Amino acid sequence: MATEDSPSTEKLRRIWEGKPGLAGWLSTVDHKEIGKRYVVTAFLFLIIGGLEALLIRAQLARPNQTLLTPEQYSQLFTMHGVTMIFLYALPVLSGFSNYLWPLLLGSRDMAFPRLNALSYWVFLFAGLFLYCSFPMGKGPDGGWFNYVPYASRAYNPGSNIDVYALGMVLLGISTTVGSINFIVTLARTRAPGMSINRVPVLVWGTVTASAGNLLAVPAVSLAFLMLFMDRQAGTHFFDSVAGGQPLLWQHLFWMFGHPWVYAIVLPAMGIVSDALPVFCRRPLVGYTAVALSTVSTMVLGFGVWVHHMFASGLPALSLSFFSAASFVIVIPSAVAVFAWIATIWTGRPVFTAAFLFFAGFVLLFVIGGVSGFMTAAVPLDWQLTRTYFVIAHLHYVLIGINVFPVLGGICYWFPKVTGRLMNEAFAKVSFWVMFIGFNTAFFPMHILGILGMPRRIYTYSDHLGWSTANLVISIGAFVFAIGLLLFLINVFRSFNHGAHASANPWGAASLEWSIPSPPPVYNFAVIPIVASRYPLWEDLMDEGPERSSVGTGMLLDQGRETVGSTVLDAEPDVILRMPGDSYLPFLLSVSLTAVFVSLLLHSTWGLGVTALATFAAGVWWLWPQRALGQIQEQK
Amino acid sequence: MMESIVSESALPVGSKGHLASGWWGMLALVFTEGALFAYLFFSYFYLALHSISQWPPGGPPHLGIAVPGTLILVAASVVVWWGERGIQGAKPRQLITGLSAGIVLGLTFLGMQGVEWHNEPFKLSTGVYSSLYFTITGTHILHVIVGLLIMGVLLLWTSLGYFSAGRHAAVSIGVIYWHFVTIVWLVVFFVIYIAPRLG
Repeated sequence: MATEDSPSTEKLRRIWEGKPGLAGWLSTVDHKEIGKRYVVTAFLFLIIGGLEALLIRAQLARPNQTLLTPEQYSQLFTMHGVTMIFLYALPVLSGFSNYLWPLLLGSRDMAFPRLNALSYWVFLFAGLFLYCSFPMGKGPDGGWFNYVPYASRAYNPGSNIDVYALGMVLLGISTTVGSINFIVTLARTRAPGMSINRVPVLVWGTVTASAGNLLAVPAVSLAFLMLFMDRQAGTHFFDSVAGGQPLLWQHLFWMFGHPWVYAIVLPAMGIVSDALPVFCRRPLVGYTAVALSTVSTMVLGFGVWVHHMFASGLPALSLSFFSAASFVIVIPSAVAVFAWIATIWTGRPVFTAAFLFFAGFVLLFVIGGVSGFMTAAVPLDWQLTRTYFVIAHLHYVLIGINVFPVLGGICYWFPKVTGRLMNEAFAKVSFWVMFIGFNTAFFPMHILGILGMPRRIYTYSDHLGWSTANLVISIGAFVFAIGLLLFLINVFRSFNHGAHASANPWGAASLEWSIPSPPPVYNFAVIPIVASRYPLWEDLMDEGPERSSVGTGMLLDQGRETVGSTVLDAEPDVILRMPGDSYLPFLLSVSLTAVFVSLLLHSTWGLGVTALATFAAGVWWLWPQRALGQIQEQK
Repeated sequence: MMESIVSESALPVGSKGHLASGWWGMLALVFTEGALFAYLFFSYFYLALHSISQWPPGGPPHLGIAVPGTLILVAASVVVWWGERGIQGAKPRQLITGLSAGIVLGLTFLGMQGVEWHNEPFKLSTGVYSSLYFTITGTHILHVIVGLLIMGVLLLWTSLGYFSAGRHAAVSIGVIYWHFVTIVWLVVFFVIYIAPRLG
């Protein structure tokens, strides 16, 4: 058995450790570093998007306010949506999965370590790109779903929409390479014995989201490309005067948009399915049902996009079909909800802060699910669409199913990542402040919507009876923000002053808790061998004679290596050589971003130079290396 | 069940054909690229169905260049496949010949597409049909160019003597993209040239 500080781990540490300082920071391909960066960057965007929301709520707190001009208001609500949905919600989950996957799967890195770094850098640069025109008062202003004809050049001639269109195509590249990486990582790099029915539910959630992204992201990239061409190259895809169809935009956008909603909640639901049972001291009830419901939610999610378009005058037959599909999709979600409730009910819950976040999530998910179920009915949707009811629904869904599980996940994995424990009492206080603030802010929006307040209006008259509810909402929004601030203060304090954590402070079951906190740079001193779904609970559960092995296994210390295994049964079939640290992901991201900047500036020579640089970086990247076993052995 | 720990020496090491992560990554890339073309075709048929005037405006496009072009692109795939068989049988010369022929045929296809574009009586901004025509064929042409770059780099690496019967994962991965470009063209050909003749 290889123990800490033995000569073999010392050798592994030398193999896997990156350079110190800025050089290491720019060149690292360690999934743990990249995962942390993803989470921190996504939280910075969450704070920016949150400040935008607070400005919006300050404007709406009283009737007839003039804190913001209509044009400022349009840019703020657009950037709020863009930031939260595209720059926070998926990237934060990508961060969790990047950090955790190799630790959950018993391997030493993602299948494509450099691609992993590339997806982070492109995400960061796409985020900066999307914000580049905002300080000049030229930010995207057509709402996050950016309907034509308002977004076409005739009605919106500035660079606002061009920035959005190009930025989204660039971000799509990051999402795509990230998704490919997750799919191949799941298929090929699981520890021996971790057959497909033994992987944690977070892995199911992320791989389902990734497959969905590969199918859905091209729709929105194409839509934005067509819009950019309509605006700048004289095409007529959405131009009804020339025979184009504005509704084509809505179809393409929501063919992407609805699966995307599942992409930003399924991994978060996976976090709950894995972590909640730890605090109930029992395995998840209905693992197989939950895994299958995850996949079937995404499959059904591709057949419900028209429910965003019920009010656009489509034929009744089409509305009925999509309405029915939208009702059916409730079933897999309900399966998961009942599994979580049964896990709490039949377990012995320990009321930690993480547990509170997960239990709170279940309640908010049910409320958001019910309001979604309501708007799946066409007649009710005709009444409620474009009102605050929809705003209430989507925030219950996105904050309830994404932010609460993410914060619970931070409480749960904080000791593993930092080696320190978070302050429990402080975390509980921040939970209750956020939970109360959230419901104060968003529950009254249901009522405002039923009273008929439309979304996206920058102010309202005091005769309409909306004033009190709006004031309550604004107060709730600030309370929620204070709760989040408390949470972040706790994170910083605990990071510096928290008590030191053991390898497995919660007594959890999965592989990441078998290694020290924080994990060594090579993850596992030996590649574990997995014999069950709960490797660290086998003695407690005592369900059979088989035991996983976390101390004995393949050492793999001839360079950066991990085990490749078969797709279903995870039987080892190759030793994969992993590339070392490299500046190429950073350089390629810079040149790729420069391609999009050239397009924005209509610079033909810039486009030529940057495209050439991107190609050169790509060839350099892919140049076969003998050390990776890509060139024939020397004779 | 897992008592027998597989000894490390029994497993192949590094990038080996279908065991290489890149092979799986390329399949995933082709999957998402295929989705991109599916959305292009969706847009084509959506706008065609909602068109109130004749579709395509000038009648179905001529087959004079497209049919030989299709045959040439299929041939480009076949010769590259034949070249890959060569390296599997430890004959790098055959791979070099196959890749070179594939590049020549691919360039010929590109040239023919250039002539086809030049001969069209409409330009990109003429109308909805022309927007779709140039965007769909243009997206495909971009993919042919990327495919040609891949073939060119593989040709260089093969000439440098990098590959053997047991080590040529880069070839197996690159040719997937090349075949994908051909298969997508067959669908483009059907949508643009054949479908208007079926109505």
